[in-house]
Amino acid sequence: MVLGACGPATLPPGDQITDAGEATNRAIHRFNLALDQAVVGPTARGYGTIVPDPVRAGVGNFAANLSHPSYIMNNLLQVRVGQASQNLLRFLVNSTVGLAGLFDPATALGLPETRTDFGETLHVWGVGEGDFVMLPGFGPSTTRDTVGLIVDMASNPVRVAVAPAERSYVTATQLLDRLGDRYEMDDTLDGLLYESADSYAQLRSLYLQNRRFNLGGATAPQADVGDELYADPYVDPY
Amino acid sequence: MPHDTPVFRRAFLIASCGAMAGTALVPARAWALSTAQASGLVDQVTAEITRIINSGQSEATMLRDFERMLSRYADMPTIAQSVLGPPARAASASQLRAFADAFKGYMARKYGRRFREFIGGTVHVTGAQDTGRFVEVVGVVDMPTTAPFEVRFRVWDRSGQALFIDLLIEGVSLVITERSEMGSLLERNGGSIDATTAALGSLG
Repeated sequence: MVLGACGPATLPPGDQITDAGEATNRAIHRFNLALDQAVVGPTARGYGTIVPDPVRAGVGNFAANLSHPSYIMNNLLQVRVGQASQNLLRFLVNSTVGLAGLFDPATALGLPETRTDFGETLHVWGVGEGDFVMLPGFGPSTTRDTVGLIVDMASNPVRVAVAPAERSYVTATQLLDRLGDRYEMDDTLDGLLYESADSYAQLRSLYLQNRRFNLGGATAPQADVGDELYADPYVDPY
Repeated sequence: MPHDTPVFRRAFLIASCGAMAGTALVPARAWALSTAQASGLVDQVTAEITRIINSGQSEATMLRDFERMLSRYADMPTIAQSVLGPPARAASASQLRAFADAFKGYMARKYGRRFREFIGGTVHVTGAQDTGRFVEVVGVVDMPTTAPFEVRFRVWDRSGQALFIDLLIEGVSLVITERSEMGSLLERNGGSIDATTAALGSLG
C-alpha cells in the first residue's frame, strides 16, 4: 500500500490486476464455492422461498439502517460533509417514520442510499488498493479493503452502543440480509460461479472493475500507465 | 539539414500518402462521429431492446433477435480481437472471422438471457463525451424495484459506420470481463483459437 501526499489514491484501469497471492486466493475461492454449494446457497433459497418478499425487504432495510452510523462516521473521516448529512438525515427519517428502519421512506423522499466503508476512507486518504485478496466467507477484496473491513467491524458505532445480548440480534439480521441478497442474485451468481470458464478470474475482474468504479465516480484520477494495452483495451482492426 | 530528421521524413511520407489517397480520406474525416450521433444510436438501440424484451415472444426468438441486433449495431471485428487480446495478433483473418461469429452467438445467448431482468426498466441518456478514440454515451437505467444504475455505451466509426465497441454497467466493461473469460477459455483449450471457437458454440 502506498500513501500519496494528499488527495485520493489513483485508480488502476479496469483490466489491471495485481494478484501476488493467487494460489492461496484460488484455494480460498474453492472453499467459498464449497461453502456456497453446501450451506449458503441452499439456506438462501430456503430463506427466500419460506419468508415472503415484504418481510425480507423489512429485514434488509433494518440491517441497512443499522449500517448508517458507520457510513456517517466514514463520511466524516472522508471530509464528505454533504454525504454525512444525507446519511444522517436518512438514518433519522428511517429510524422514526420508517419504524426503527423496517421501511425506507428516505429513498422516496429523495435521499437515496450511498454506502461507504473504511476501505473507501483509506482510498480518500491516498492509500492504494494493494493486491487482490480472496477472503474466506466474505469473498473478493483487496489488501486495503481487508484492513477497512476489519476496522469497520471493530469500530461499528452500533456494536459499541448496544448491549452484548442485542449485539447477536444485530449480527443475525445482518446475516439474514446477506442471505436475502444471495437469494435475489441467485441467477446472476449461479451463472458467474458455476457456468463461467474460470469463476475465480471472472469474480476478480468484476469485483475490481466495480469497486474502482464505486470509489472513483467520474472524478477520480486514473492511474497514468504507459502500457497501451491497459490504457485502452480496444484493438483497432481497420 | 535541420529538416532531414527521421521524424520530419515520416511526417512528409504520411502527408504525401494522405495526398495520394486524398479523395478517400476527406469523406472519412467529414464522417467523424459526433456525440449527438452516438447518443441517437443509443436511443435507437435501447428502444429496440425494450421492444424485444417486452414483446412476449419465446426465448429462442428473442435470442435470435439479439444476435441480429449485434450483427447490425456491434463492431464485431473490434470486439472479437479485443476480447482475444494479444493471441489475436497470431491468428489468421479467417480464424478471426470464425471466432467473431462464434463470439457473437455466445454474447447473444449469455447477455440476451439476462436482458429479461430489465423488463419494465427504462434507459435515458444523460450525457456523452468524445474521448478522442471513441464516443462514450452515459445513461441511467431506471428500474421499477431496484435502485437506478449507470450504463456507458462506447461507440466508434472506424469501420465507416457508427457501431458499439463496449458496454459498461456500473463500471464493469463487457470487453474487459470477456477478455478475462476468453483468456481462461484459451488456456483450457491449449491456446488454440480454433478449439476456443468450437467450444464457444456450446457456451453462453
